[in-house]
Amino acid sequence: MNIKVFVSLREGVLDPQGQAIREALNRTGYSNVNDVRVNKVFEISVSGSKDSIKADVEKFSKELLANPIIETFRIEWGE
Amino acid sequence: MKAGVVRFPGSNCDRDCLHVLSDVMGADARFLWHKDHDLKGLDLVVLPGGFSYGDYLRCGAIAKFSPIMSEVMEFADKGGLVVGICNGFQVLTESGLLPGALIRNKGLKFICKYVNLRVDNADTRFTTEYKQSQVLTVPIAHGEGCYMVDDATWAEMLQYNQIVFRYCSPDGEVSELYNPNGARDNVAGIVNKAGNVLGMMPHPERCAEDLMQNKDGYGLFASVKNFLG
Repeated sequence: MNIKVFVSLREGVLDPQGQAIREALNRTGYSNVNDVRVNKVFEISVSGSKDSIKADVEKFSKELLANPIIETFRIEWGE
Repeated sequence: MKAGVVRFPGSNCDRDCLHVLSDVMGADARFLWHKDHDLKGLDLVVLPGGFSYGDYLRCGAIAKFSPIMSEVMEFADKGGLVVGICNGFQVLTESGLLPGALIRNKGLKFICKYVNLRVDNADTRFTTEYKQSQVLTVPIAHGEGCYMVDDATWAEMLQYNQIVFRYCSPDGEVSELYNPNGARDNVAGIVNKAGNVLGMMPHPERCAEDLMQNKDGYGLFASVKNFLG
């Protein structure tokens, strides 16, 4: 099945990349853009049913895709 | 002193480290390949700088799953000395051998320059050759050296005196003005609670002999050598 893992920086973790993008948007005339956070999406294809892969996907999201010290993650289960 | 320098795909400070260990310190030093499963009776492991696995995902994140890293973790658990420099420091935090994380520099730029460091703990196995609060000049070269850690862990790190080096002025003043990358409280280097694992962003191996006209990094290797006897 196809899954998506969304990895986001925790609130309060500095995101200088997002700040630079916000500043660029503000400079180009989008003065109403107040904040930008840059996050990651992993599109993954895994063999097996949701029940059979759930534990593995959660484990590798926590151990590799996200660093729990600075990031959180959310899994979206597809077809 | 029997030392090993780990080479990951993308390591690029490995030869500098090996040179200092063997030619300057006179150690029996060798390279360790990331696929190795054996530390061959070493008493010091160095994780060098560079861009292990192309810095994909997060700096150091892929390296922690290298075969050699399970050996390094076991070695560290048993009290073996481990030094991680720059990318090596990132590998150590990603592996959980050191607390916290290293994220993108506050100013977004890759910074390559000399900085001043204050020795905040001269009582570790890596710093006895320095004086407490001594100011060193050591180069940095990184894009992701902004050290961050949660408040609870930070309090514990202070309690156990785990902050070893801080970015400072030439006179040893620690303030935001002398913080190149946004690191929490100007942290440049830390040890684990047990004191046998050191991680630092600056490169002592680049300034450890007279030829380099700056020998401030020598004390770190000399301290380890003295400790190991």
